[in-house]
Amino acid sequence: MFSNFLIWFVIVPIIMMAGLACCGNSNMKAIRTVMVSCSTVLLGMAIWLVCEFLRLRGAGDTSEMLFTGSWMWYEPLNIHLAVGVDGISVLMLLLSAIIVFAGTFASWKIDPLPKNFFLWFALLSTGVFGFFISIDMFTMFMFYEVALIPMYLLIGVWGTGRKEYSAMKLTLMLMGGSAFLMLGLLGIYWHSAPEGGQVTWNILEIAHNNAVDPSWQNLLFCCTFVGFGVLGAMFPFHTWSPDGHACAPTAVSMLHAGVLMKLGGYGCFRIAIYLLPSAAQELAWIFIILTGISIVYGAFSACVQTDLKYINAYSSVSHCGMVLFAILMLNKTAMTGGILQMLSHGLMTALFFALIGMIYGRTHTRDIRQMGGLMKIMPYLGVCYMIAGFASLGLPGMSGFVAEMTIFFGAFENADMFHRIFVIAATCSIVITAVYILRVVGKLILGPVQDEHHLQLTDASWWERLSTVTLILCLAGIGFFPNWINETIQQSFTPIINALNAAI
Amino acid sequence: MGTTLPILILAIPFTMFLILGIGGVKMSRKLAGTLGILANGTLAVLAYIVAFTYFFSGDAAFIVDGVRQQVQVFDVTWLAFTERMVVNIGFLLDPICAMMLVVITTISFMVHLYSWGYMEHEPGFQRYYAFLALFTFSMLGLVVATNIFQMYIFWELVGVSSYLLIGFFYKLPSAVSASKKAFIVTRFADLFMLIGILVLSYYVSNTPADGPLGGASAFNFLMLNSQPTNVLASTLGATFMSGSVLTWAMIFIFVGGMGKSAMMPLHIWLPDAMEGPTPVSALIHAATMVVAGVYLVARFFPLFCIVPDSLTFITVVGAITAFYAAVVACAQIDIKRILAFSTISQIAFMMVSLGCAYNEPIEGVHYSGLGYMAGMFHLFTHAMFKALLFLGAGCLIHAVHSNNYTEMGGLRKYMPICHWTFLFGCLAIAGIWPFSGFFSKDEMLAAMFNRHWFWGAWMTMVAGLTAFYMFRMYFMVFWWEENPKYKQSGHKPHDAPWQMSLPLIILAAVSLVAGFIPFGEFVTFNGEPYHIHIEPQVAATSLTVAVLAIALATFMYAKKNPLPSKVKNMWPGLWTAANRRFYWDEIYMFITHNIIFNIICKSIAWFDRHIIDGTMDGMAAVTQWASVKIKGMQSGSVQTYVMWFFFGAVLLAAVTWICIL
Repeated sequence: MFSNFLIWFVIVPIIMMAGLACCGNSNMKAIRTVMVSCSTVLLGMAIWLVCEFLRLRGAGDTSEMLFTGSWMWYEPLNIHLAVGVDGISVLMLLLSAIIVFAGTFASWKIDPLPKNFFLWFALLSTGVFGFFISIDMFTMFMFYEVALIPMYLLIGVWGTGRKEYSAMKLTLMLMGGSAFLMLGLLGIYWHSAPEGGQVTWNILEIAHNNAVDPSWQNLLFCCTFVGFGVLGAMFPFHTWSPDGHACAPTAVSMLHAGVLMKLGGYGCFRIAIYLLPSAAQELAWIFIILTGISIVYGAFSACVQTDLKYINAYSSVSHCGMVLFAILMLNKTAMTGGILQMLSHGLMTALFFALIGMIYGRTHTRDIRQMGGLMKIMPYLGVCYMIAGFASLGLPGMSGFVAEMTIFFGAFENADMFHRIFVIAATCSIVITAVYILRVVGKLILGPVQDEHHLQLTDASWWERLSTVTLILCLAGIGFFPNWINETIQQSFTPIINALNAAI
Repeated sequence: MGTTLPILILAIPFTMFLILGIGGVKMSRKLAGTLGILANGTLAVLAYIVAFTYFFSGDAAFIVDGVRQQVQVFDVTWLAFTERMVVNIGFLLDPICAMMLVVITTISFMVHLYSWGYMEHEPGFQRYYAFLALFTFSMLGLVVATNIFQMYIFWELVGVSSYLLIGFFYKLPSAVSASKKAFIVTRFADLFMLIGILVLSYYVSNTPADGPLGGASAFNFLMLNSQPTNVLASTLGATFMSGSVLTWAMIFIFVGGMGKSAMMPLHIWLPDAMEGPTPVSALIHAATMVVAGVYLVARFFPLFCIVPDSLTFITVVGAITAFYAAVVACAQIDIKRILAFSTISQIAFMMVSLGCAYNEPIEGVHYSGLGYMAGMFHLFTHAMFKALLFLGAGCLIHAVHSNNYTEMGGLRKYMPICHWTFLFGCLAIAGIWPFSGFFSKDEMLAAMFNRHWFWGAWMTMVAGLTAFYMFRMYFMVFWWEENPKYKQSGHKPHDAPWQMSLPLIILAAVSLVAGFIPFGEFVTFNGEPYHIHIEPQVAATSLTVAVLAIALATFMYAKKNPLPSKVKNMWPGLWTAANRRFYWDEIYMFITHNIIFNIICKSIAWFDRHIIDGTMDGMAAVTQWASVKIKGMQSGSVQTYVMWFFFGAVLLAAVTWICIL
């Protein structure tokens, strides 16, 4: 079991937790050592995994999932701990590792209870990594829950503002989603094999059997898509996101918007669409309407917010809506764009929330009306904020552009009027995004200094610089050289597209 | 041609952007400025080598039987959407591209040199040079694009460099809002362009292309332009609102060009963009970026010719814009605004010229190469003299610290170099022989008269207006009455340092002689040389109109006299309206602020908080309310439990009894 490389993505965070548990309560040095070393190891592992994956693919290994392994866990229900990765999960693991790494540095001075904070943080990472390596629906669901629960404490204890309310709201809404999800997963499980066969939780086997009865598919599709869609901030189930993000501490916002919301999108295509293709063909239009609304609605809402975190939370609603929208287009190019958008949005939002945390830590306000001219006071953070903004509004050379363009071009391949109208509505978001991003940049970063007290503030420290530079380099990296990622993702979509085509 | 030079042309400015952008903070001004100027000088030399090799080497790759070829120097895959839609980044060398290389690098070098003096005391000097390098890179990338998508990429990048440079004085709220306006307006236009590209790519990608370029991407210009009718035949069949899909696609793509080139009604950002440093206005908002729309039309010209309706659209938009901007320019007092509106008007001139390059078929040939050639010619000459005028305006502003001509007057004695070069610029734009503007404008008017007498007459009138407002400004600045402030303060206005004067002299010289370049031998629609010949009637008409307009301006403004204010008071409403640019900004402000922001955005935000979120909170509240109600039943009092037990038992018994019966 331990010879399988993937399983170490779960073990390392557990080791990290054990290491943290051994540290003294306020021994910052020890805590940081553990965190930095483990997150660096994770990042190294993720990079190695990507290289190794590309090498194997280059060597001609065309099996759907690589590094597979499966160990029986609970025989009566045929639950396995089954792992395996394709190009998409590999990239998601890399994204998670990058964000955990950047998040560690962004919460360098967390206070109070640093040890407990990082313990929960590590548990959250365990859940995230576990989710992306799983190919067994049950373990996937379990890791999903593992990732959600720490959020309650992280926001409730270390948050700001109406933290108890927001923590409760976030947890309850996501749990509500989980309830639908559980229903959907159980349904798939019971129909996973042809009459008389052994039912299974394994995604690959279910897809291979393709035995879910079409009459059941529609119901199950709605359950799973809504379940995952809640986490993907789909309209009208997105309202946990503004409140949750606004109250969460920096690193948690980063991890949540950066990775956790991606679990939603990932689940949507890996389970809802892959396993229930005929329902996807039939019912996609409902969710295209909802996600189409998300895109425009989130962008318009962001235009009038005055709290930096609310602006970014609504912007996330819009961008994550784009992810689900792309996935629902059900063709390879658009879906590839969806994954690119996940990566792009993950990095970009993490950068945004990190910067907002850093600015908030200095000015003690997130209200853009009370700040201005930060470029003069903290040029480094100002420049980073502008770069993040440009990434968000889809400037070429940044990942957002690549993702959005891939989505639009892919989506435009659906030639009927319904799709066309929604695609054109979605493209309008590039203008609205520019409006709210430039509004914030103009008020917050540029312009005259609003508050004389801010003149004494200092620019970024080295750990803050490290955290932001990592993210910016990744954003620009995807923006400049998108093709290898694009190819990796496209390849991984082949089985899903085949399943969809077979279902017409 | 090897790939080294083309790659260097793109790499040098980008590297310089990174070096100055990242390391600029640690550099001295001198180092940053020197680096910027040196890099740009090298770049200009390389671009000249490329252009000269292309035009004069006679290499079989570039010219076959006297026809100039389009050459893809390199073309590498950047992103593959699908097998048919592959985005490449490459370097396409053809006449218009080679010409643009020369224009961009020349003006950019002049501006680099000029800024050395102009921006000397401004904080953020290093940042300024970094942004200039970024702009040069993006603009070069745009003109060498081998496909629509590369063009779109760099199109966005020039937009962002323009944003950064307009907002260079970021502490001024006016500069910040001007930069924001410029970006959002052009982004809005780009949205249409994107939709146009989407439409085009969809229909092209659905067509099997069997031919020498069969494997080429759906975005590729060579493929689009080589056999357009065959490739795009299917799009003519598909219709949408009584126009073929291709017509719509081309109009949408042109709307993108309208945004960048400040055509009505998307012109509102350009006058405000004058908030940026003046050399930037010369480079971006006069000579290079704003003509991107014209370049776009020229680049897509074969496609526009398939759907002549779109060319008519271009002509109409251009004609209206040219007249509007010329009228508004007559009523401005800020010299940079006058030049901005003049730029809008002149670009519209080029647009009309391109639009008129399509004729009713004569012996089966649709194209009159004249309009295309003339438009490009004017692009070239206009870049030179308009940059000259802007740089001259910069010297004036530098000297008197104001943008308004009311603060100037009688400056010819104090600033001789500026005065003479500015006069050259004015004569060139007014179209007086032998200045370059005369030749290009004459060709354009000839093309317009060829298309229809109306366009020719209309644009001749605009040309007259141009001569009038330019000389109005010239006289108000350099003649009229000497501003008493010069004598009172010890600080007399004087000519600028050599870094600033040298570009003026060079550009003035170019404006004087550029008209004699046999432009038609180099840049034409189909690569075949076009022999320019002056049409005597057209030349005589336009020259007469220009001279009359200049005479009128001289009569009104050469010396201080009450005539201008009398004229102004004759139609005060018209003057105010023209001065306020016919209220376009107010209309836009009303739509964006009052309708979109206050009504749409705010109501969506309210809806989200109160209805959507209210429902979620309401569900929680109902649950809580129910649990509070129900928990009363778990009272712990035995009597109550017994009572409920009794009632339950009776109920059960009753039900059982009823069922049995």
